Amino acid sequence: MPRVSVFFIRTALLQLALGATMGGLLLAEKGLRLAPWLWHLRPGHIQIMLLGWTVQLACGVAIWILPRLDAAGSCGCLALAWLSYGALNAGVALAALHAPLAAARDADDLGWMLLLAGLLYALAAAAAVGYLWRRVLPFRNLPRPAGPERNPS
Amino acid sequence: MNLQARYFVKTALAQLLISVLLGGLLLANSGLRLHPWIGTLLPVYYHLLMVGWATQLIGGVALWMFPPLSRERPRGDERLGWFAYTALNSGLLLRAVAEPLQLIRPSAWAGWALALAALLQVLAIWALALALWPRVKGRPGRLTKGVS
Repeated sequence: MPRVSVFFIRTALLQLALGATMGGLLLAEKGLRLAPWLWHLRPGHIQIMLLGWTVQLACGVAIWILPRLDAAGSCGCLALAWLSYGALNAGVALAALHAPLAAARDADDLGWMLLLAGLLYALAAAAAVGYLWRRVLPFRNLPRPAGPERNPS
Repeated sequence: MNLQARYFVKTALAQLLISVLLGGLLLANSGLRLHPWIGTLLPVYYHLLMVGWATQLIGGVALWMFPPLSRERPRGDERLGWFAYTALNSGLLLRAVAEPLQLIRPSAWAGWALALAALLQVLAIWALALALWPRVKGRPGRLTKGVS
């Protein structure tokens, strides 16, 4: 598994745990009505579960498991994949922090956070598509290169 | 495919079926206004679809397909996976019952049931993440080459 996939998938697992914890707090609040301010976490819960967990996991697994570029198991240049990872997580962080920060400051001047998050999501998606596009390949027989270790897992 | 992964995937498929039926009922209700209580099922529908179907399917496939931990214990401690499966589905079931009840007629019983459902689901997700974490790894010595 390439290092960038390890980062994507482990970050997705962390965001799954974080998003589920936020969701659990919201559900408990719905039942016990102890802390209404917890509802400021709801937009972040949705962003984290949809983008930070599912989209991120899908990208990580795709980079790992889509056909390699040659018989040696090369993934090619991974710069676009890393760019996608950085932009996606920066976008999720901004989108998730917006509502609690806006509520804490009692101000409406943080709209730029959501705009920037949207731009970062678009950049992340474009970089992921740009990287993954050439890895969507038909079955083919490749000549095996010389060397003892050529068994990608 | 091992037994644990089969349980995860088949339960996810069952929940896909249930959630799509529920989604159809909600759609029909928004068009025909069949009964006002049907609308209280909306959060249950979202969570059956995203947690009961998507997350559970991902968990099952990942427990099956992620790189083995070692030759002796390819899936690590399987008790974590079983705990996640049991807690996730019992939490979802409890939520599916208690959440509409709490919205229709709030009560202490339904409130505490929701809190328990929340706790079960959070613990399930943490257990699943812990079960998968050590299996997300590259092959030693080849990580820096962009090759697994």
